[in-house]
Amino acid sequence: MIKFIFSKLLYLIPTMLGITLVAFGFIRLLPGDPVLLMAGERGVSPERYAQISAQLGYDQPIWHQYLSYLGDLLHGDLGHSIVTKKPVLAEFLTLFPATVELAIVAIIIATLIGVPVGVLAAIKRGSWFDQISMTGALVGFSMPIFWWGLLLIIFFSGILQWTPVSGRISLMYFFPPVTGFMLIDSLLSGQKGAFLSAVSHLILPSIVLATIPLAVIARQTRSAMLEVMGEDYVRTAKAKGLSMRRVIGVHALRNAMIPVITTIGLQVGVLMAGAILTETIFSWPGIGKWMIDSISRRDYPVVQSGLLLIAGIVMIVNLIVDLTYGLINPRIRHK
Amino acid sequence: MTDTSVKISDSAIRRRMFKEFWFYFSQNRGAVIGLAVFVLLVLTAVFAPILAPHEPTHQFRDALLAPPFWQTGGRPEFLLGTDAVGRDMLSRLIFGAQYSLFIGIVVVAIALTGGIIIGLLAGYFGGWVDAVIMRVMDVVLAFPSLLLALVLVAILGPGLTNAMIAIAIVYQPHFARLTRAAVMGEKAREYVTAARVAGAGNMRLMFKTILPNCLAPLIVQATLSFSSAVLDSAALGFLGMGAQPPASEWGTMLAEAREFILRAWWVVTFPGLAILISVLAINLMGDGLRDALDPKLKRS
Repeated sequence: MIKFIFSKLLYLIPTMLGITLVAFGFIRLLPGDPVLLMAGERGVSPERYAQISAQLGYDQPIWHQYLSYLGDLLHGDLGHSIVTKKPVLAEFLTLFPATVELAIVAIIIATLIGVPVGVLAAIKRGSWFDQISMTGALVGFSMPIFWWGLLLIIFFSGILQWTPVSGRISLMYFFPPVTGFMLIDSLLSGQKGAFLSAVSHLILPSIVLATIPLAVIARQTRSAMLEVMGEDYVRTAKAKGLSMRRVIGVHALRNAMIPVITTIGLQVGVLMAGAILTETIFSWPGIGKWMIDSISRRDYPVVQSGLLLIAGIVMIVNLIVDLTYGLINPRIRHK
Repeated sequence: MTDTSVKISDSAIRRRMFKEFWFYFSQNRGAVIGLAVFVLLVLTAVFAPILAPHEPTHQFRDALLAPPFWQTGGRPEFLLGTDAVGRDMLSRLIFGAQYSLFIGIVVVAIALTGGIIIGLLAGYFGGWVDAVIMRVMDVVLAFPSLLLALVLVAILGPGLTNAMIAIAIVYQPHFARLTRAAVMGEKAREYVTAARVAGAGNMRLMFKTILPNCLAPLIVQATLSFSSAVLDSAALGFLGMGAQPPASEWGTMLAEAREFILRAWWVVTFPGLAILISVLAINLMGDGLRDALDPKLKRS
């Protein structure tokens, strides 16, 4: 197993370096002078220009610049935002929990609904439940989620007035962040109604973000289940006279879950892309909105490091998924 | 030796193959519906200037945010209402079909061509060529597609052309990987060895001998990428990084409509519905294509 983990890690190194190369190249590929971009909209005097240029190392040869960029990264220095002047990493860390909270709730919703629906659709193959749920899954899979979010706002916030339109919690409540997760912090604060307010803010964005993963998980569960149900060991179990519940619950489901768990894990990339749109619609103060705002404000150091951090996180989660896969499916490990 | 086999002309073989394909494709009811909707969409795009009741950019200053005709205050000349500057929604939606189809075709064409060439090189030559190419593809795939497309558009500058290029670059590794996998499977087959022994060069082996036998998964992936391209370009338009106003691209229309969501439901509802229906139709078709083209799933 250790050898397996090690080989996977070794495999990641070139990709990691590639990602840093993309992030490094990003600022240099932008049209215009990078120093002027860094200096902001107002422009600079020639002396200041030379100073910034030297400070950023732009007077050095390109390979030297890349190596010192890598050195900075290893020291945890991801640069400073042009707009807020704060370190990018600090900004990222304050906003990151908001996105993680949204993504976790979304993936829980998607799994809790998607897996049972997929299993049931497979068991009752060809029934009206199968047809309706799989049509629904295809609609969900085809959904432009930015529009879906707007529709939910029109209906639940506009017409029914059940949920707020944007933000993470009502302005009535204020408490210092402890964990960064609003659901937990609001409970810890002990303020009456704070938790409910946090939930009501979270519900629509998490539904929107869950839509595509839910569809993917339901479809994947169904096809994995169908495949397993045709296997010899399931037929044997049936032939032994085991109850249908036992055949499905113990023999089929456990084997069908192997590809499903991978699918769930691989939704992280989908969630990050979805977070960009969802957070923009609901003004959710997370990483996705931060990236969009930074792109439109031309805050390029933030975009550069955000790109690096997001790709890094997606890669690490995918690695964990890979390792879990090896853990639950020994056939992969020993290949 | 006597030749007892019946000679069949190429066109007859093609007809027979198409018949078999259609047999499996038409078994999937959803796929046929998807195809029908898609054909309608193509016709709408082609005949947009005839079908649309008004110019897509003409502003009727006396009819700002007019509701659809069945609502009070609606006017019969604007069937689906007008937007905030008095442009006819229906006409804009009809012309929007041109954008979506155009984007889908261009993105898939670029991604498919690039992916096939790269995948063929990697799969055919193997070794370090393969290793380098696949590591580069891994890097591209490490980024969430929409994020990478956004950043590429930031580099290239917002606009429809750049959005299409960005999306094509992001999709291209999927085609490269599929081609590579298929090529590696086919490379060791006897018919390839036979062609090599007969003196076929690398180019001929790659493009004429191997490639035609790798097309099935690529066609399915192309369909799925077509729908994703429509979706992603609409998302870029929605975020202000795709087609720029006053273009009647559906995502861009939604972006312009956002501030009116609680006042005028129709400016938000219809463009999104158009996106959903198009993407759904193409995905339905994709499912049918996969069933018809994937021999492993065929029930013979």
